[in-house]
Amino acid sequence: MKTKKMGIQKHYYLMMLPGMLWLLLFSIVPMFGIIMAFQDYNPGQGILHSEWIGLENFRYLFQLDDSKQVIVNTLIISIGKIILNLIVPLIFALLLNEVRSLRYKKFVQTVVFVPHFLSWVIMATIVIGIFGYNGVVNTIAGWFGGQPRLFMADPSIFRELLIGTDVWKEFGYNAVIFLAALTSVNPNLYEAAAIDGANRWQSMWHITLPELTPTIVLLGVLALGNILNAGFDQVYNLYNPLVYSTGDILDTWIYRLGLQNLQFSLATAAGLLKSAVSFILITVSYVLAYKFADYRIF
Amino acid sequence: MVQNKTLGSRIFDIVNIIILTILTLSCLYPLWYTFSLSISVKSAANAGLVTFYPIGFSLASYREIMSDIKFFNSFWISIQRVVLGTGLSLVVMIMMAYPLSKSKRDFKARDIFMWIVIFCMLFNGGLIPWYLTIKSYHLLDTIWALVLGGSVPVFNVILLMNFFRNLPADIEEAAVIDGAGPWRILFGIVVPCSLPVIATVTLFTGVYHWNEFFNGLVLMSDASKYPLQTYIQQLVVSIPSDTTLTPDQYKRLSELSNKSLNAAKVFIAITPVLIVYPFLQKYFVTGIMLGAVKE
Repeated sequence: MKTKKMGIQKHYYLMMLPGMLWLLLFSIVPMFGIIMAFQDYNPGQGILHSEWIGLENFRYLFQLDDSKQVIVNTLIISIGKIILNLIVPLIFALLLNEVRSLRYKKFVQTVVFVPHFLSWVIMATIVIGIFGYNGVVNTIAGWFGGQPRLFMADPSIFRELLIGTDVWKEFGYNAVIFLAALTSVNPNLYEAAAIDGANRWQSMWHITLPELTPTIVLLGVLALGNILNAGFDQVYNLYNPLVYSTGDILDTWIYRLGLQNLQFSLATAAGLLKSAVSFILITVSYVLAYKFADYRIF
Repeated sequence: MVQNKTLGSRIFDIVNIIILTILTLSCLYPLWYTFSLSISVKSAANAGLVTFYPIGFSLASYREIMSDIKFFNSFWISIQRVVLGTGLSLVVMIMMAYPLSKSKRDFKARDIFMWIVIFCMLFNGGLIPWYLTIKSYHLLDTIWALVLGGSVPVFNVILLMNFFRNLPADIEEAAVIDGAGPWRILFGIVVPCSLPVIATVTLFTGVYHWNEFFNGLVLMSDASKYPLQTYIQQLVVSIPSDTTLTPDQYKRLSELSNKSLNAAKVFIAITPVLIVYPFLQKYFVTGIMLGAVKE
């Protein structure tokens, strides 16, 4: 029996092989590139022969004016997104839950997921079409005698634009988990409340919302891990040099630093800081989610 | 539900329907706007006159695309990428997820592998090391950079694993008694029993490969090798990252673009997603819910 079990395990290793090889080549090997963060990397000399400079890159990064601004931008944008991407889908799910016509409910649900499956490249063309200089908003403003404005090049509203369009694109998708949680609420609770004379508002406030609280807490905790991810795809496709002051985030900054200015070592150092902090945050959020919501991904 | 039709309740219903309808229309608007632009007369589209409906009717943009070799070239690259990328990762993911769904008793190294996989999901070497690694493999400018570059979609592996784990154990036990080996069990029993979750990860992976633009931008040095999303990104969205850009230049740049033609290209790029959308819609709720398994 024992030898047979070993025989089966051999096959299990074989099944793991292609995936582990893929991970090794495209996830694990790049991790060794992290040592570039501690070098003055020179492509001609390669990783093995470039000069070691310790923490010099990190010191230099924090001296740059950009870096502080970029971190501030990242935090404001991501925290704004985290909060609104909880609240708006929650309100949407609560409103949809009050609809009595099942067909209408189904129709709404079908449609609001669409934008989630469109890439930010596609959505950016539409956002620019709406807020661009000769876009929809300016055209409509023109009907009422308004002067066209350069929304896309205005640093004072760019973060709001990012947060708003992200919420617009994702609220339907983010509502899915709430909607699923709502289907498991015991209908007897509502009937009992109605017999006791509760109106709809009171039922929503005292039954629906408490039933959703664990889900809200769970999503909020898990979102913690994303605090340094302000959304590269979105920002990259919407921003321009005129809004760098408020719209440039860690990921876009690292991209320009590394692949446009070819500061490989600096960009690696910045990327390492981001990865390390994110790693800690995600781990903490998973531990919290496990402790308080009994949630586990594996 | 008990219906209490007070006046306040009715007003709420009406207002609620209005709000939800506006939200719903706002989600349809991207498609409708792009479509309207693409069939509008060029002059009207470029002047920014198209808002809520097409102005005039012209298929000139679509006709123009018909003879655009670059567009079809990128379209073809995206198709190849989706087929190769989805097919390959699907096989790899299924083969990985099955042993991982076993308990430590049945597969001793299970936990070690699991930790490696989770670590790779949570931590990465960052953009530059990743780019230099792929460069050192001489994969730049090849379709394989696009197919393999994103590494294993670990989240999908976890979805599959959780589903496999919840299959009734007696089916497998019966197969073992009948003398079936692990490969027969996986592809003959486990996979056919898991079609909903396999459909979910297939669609997720396919849509990912179709929508992904960044790897195309970074890993392809030659614009003729761009997948469709990267091609569109360069065409429609790209603005020089030159910091000396002035608002006036920005204004002029945005007036230059051929809105109707671009919209037609965007609309064609959306179409495949719309075609698979009913299936996506059907499966992805299950998919998301499977992500969290409470025991």
